[in-house]
Amino acid sequence: MSERLRVNPIACAGHGVCAELLPELIELDPWGYPIVPPGELIDDELPLARRAVASCPALALIMQKTSA
Amino acid sequence: MTVAVVTQAVARQSGLPRLLAGPGGHRPIGLLEHEELHGPLPLPGLRGRAQRDSASRLMDVIERSGLTGRGGAGFPAGRKLRSVAGERGRPVVVANGCEGEPASAKDRLLLSRAPHLVFDGISLAAFAVGADRAFLTVHQRERRLAASLEAAAAARAAAGIDAIPIEIVGIPSRYVSSEQSAIVHYLNGGPALPTFSPPRTHERGVDGRPTLVNNSETLAHIALIARYGDRWFRSAGVPGAAGTMLVTVDGAVASPGVYEVELGTPIGAVLMSAGGLTERPQAVLTGGYFGTWLPINVAWQLPLTHRDLKAAGGALGAGIIIALPDTSCGLAETARVVRYLAAETAGQCGPCVFGLPALADAVADLAYQGERLATRQIGALTGLVAGRGACKHPDGVTQLVRSALDVFANDAAWHHDHGPCYGIRRAPILPVPGDLADW
Repeated sequence: MSERLRVNPIACAGHGVCAELLPELIELDPWGYPIVPPGELIDDELPLARRAVASCPALALIMQKTSA
Repeated sequence: MTVAVVTQAVARQSGLPRLLAGPGGHRPIGLLEHEELHGPLPLPGLRGRAQRDSASRLMDVIERSGLTGRGGAGFPAGRKLRSVAGERGRPVVVANGCEGEPASAKDRLLLSRAPHLVFDGISLAAFAVGADRAFLTVHQRERRLAASLEAAAAARAAAGIDAIPIEIVGIPSRYVSSEQSAIVHYLNGGPALPTFSPPRTHERGVDGRPTLVNNSETLAHIALIARYGDRWFRSAGVPGAAGTMLVTVDGAVASPGVYEVELGTPIGAVLMSAGGLTERPQAVLTGGYFGTWLPINVAWQLPLTHRDLKAAGGALGAGIIIALPDTSCGLAETARVVRYLAAETAGQCGPCVFGLPALADAVADLAYQGERLATRQIGALTGLVAGRGACKHPDGVTQLVRSALDVFANDAAWHHDHGPCYGIRRAPILPVPGDLADW
């Protein structure tokens, strides 16, 4: 069971906190909305990813378990 | 769309039309007439274990028939029933009769002409999954249609046909409100806007219960499969793409309208059946506004199946086929539709809200000004919006635009070098609400 990042685009208001905390994984589009990588996270990335999820003011960044 | 609706089928063998069987014309087929045509609704009044066994047999027949969803995605109908039936909780059935797609007229035609086939399908699907609530949804602007459906429902109630009541609900008339999560959201008391998944509709939909959302045509096919069997269903169509489907044909044909054709019918034959060509076509729009353009030489021989269209870079979608005449500008047609679709964003997701208008501007720059940088900009914007909405709205627009750049690449080059072509002065082919010519 692995995990990946997902954005709930309805909830996301483009605060950009995630991109500040996780610049190596998340970049912002020209309108300030995050582009998250579609793939599964590697173990080293998990703690920082969790911190970004917890820090999203809109609760729009989520971790999703992948069935692979 | 304003075209006349023609209810004539392309018969490659006897037994067609199926959904559009019966007397011609626009008059709805009444309950008695419907039962004379197809026989009574084969709904066993069973309970407990006998009901579950019978429901399982019905799902088996639907699975073996090879019926796939006719709303666009083409998911196997039997498998969808099984997954809803297998969820925990009492399911709800929703028939989607909302035709948000301006280029499509088939659901409206089916519901106006053969409402009892759709009601039968709803009852059978409810029986199969064990649902105790059912809805038939249509767009609110379809007032006459809703009234005739209410009359049909009243006739059924008086005759005691359905085991559970079927409620007719008007959904706000917008492009995105036909999306299944938007319909469920509305039935739950929210706005008719798409929602984020998970949870998915079949797991947690209306009232938090597992919810089967089927296109109205899919349910009408189920009504016939339950009567005549899976082998009968497969006797039309081709291996791997069974049965008939309703297609909406428009553009450079003499008799635009809705036709019932066998799956696997070549697109050229479908166009010829719609009265033949009125002008030489250059391309065909397949699958509607979330679909793709195909050059005419690719499209003409292509069998109408999900697999064949996908392999050719096309899309079957909800069965929309529009022949674009040689003298039209495919880029300008696309620009108009993209502008419309950008305005139809639900307004919920940033990339869609900001990306689609920017994309519409870029496509318009290419079509109307021959702007040299537009093509590159379009490429960048499609990459930025695809896959980034809660629903498939941005993905659909992206697919349409990418196919336009591909199929009309020579036109794009011509626009770059010489400015817009003469085609942009022609009356538009693709229907967009708000056009003076259309409404």
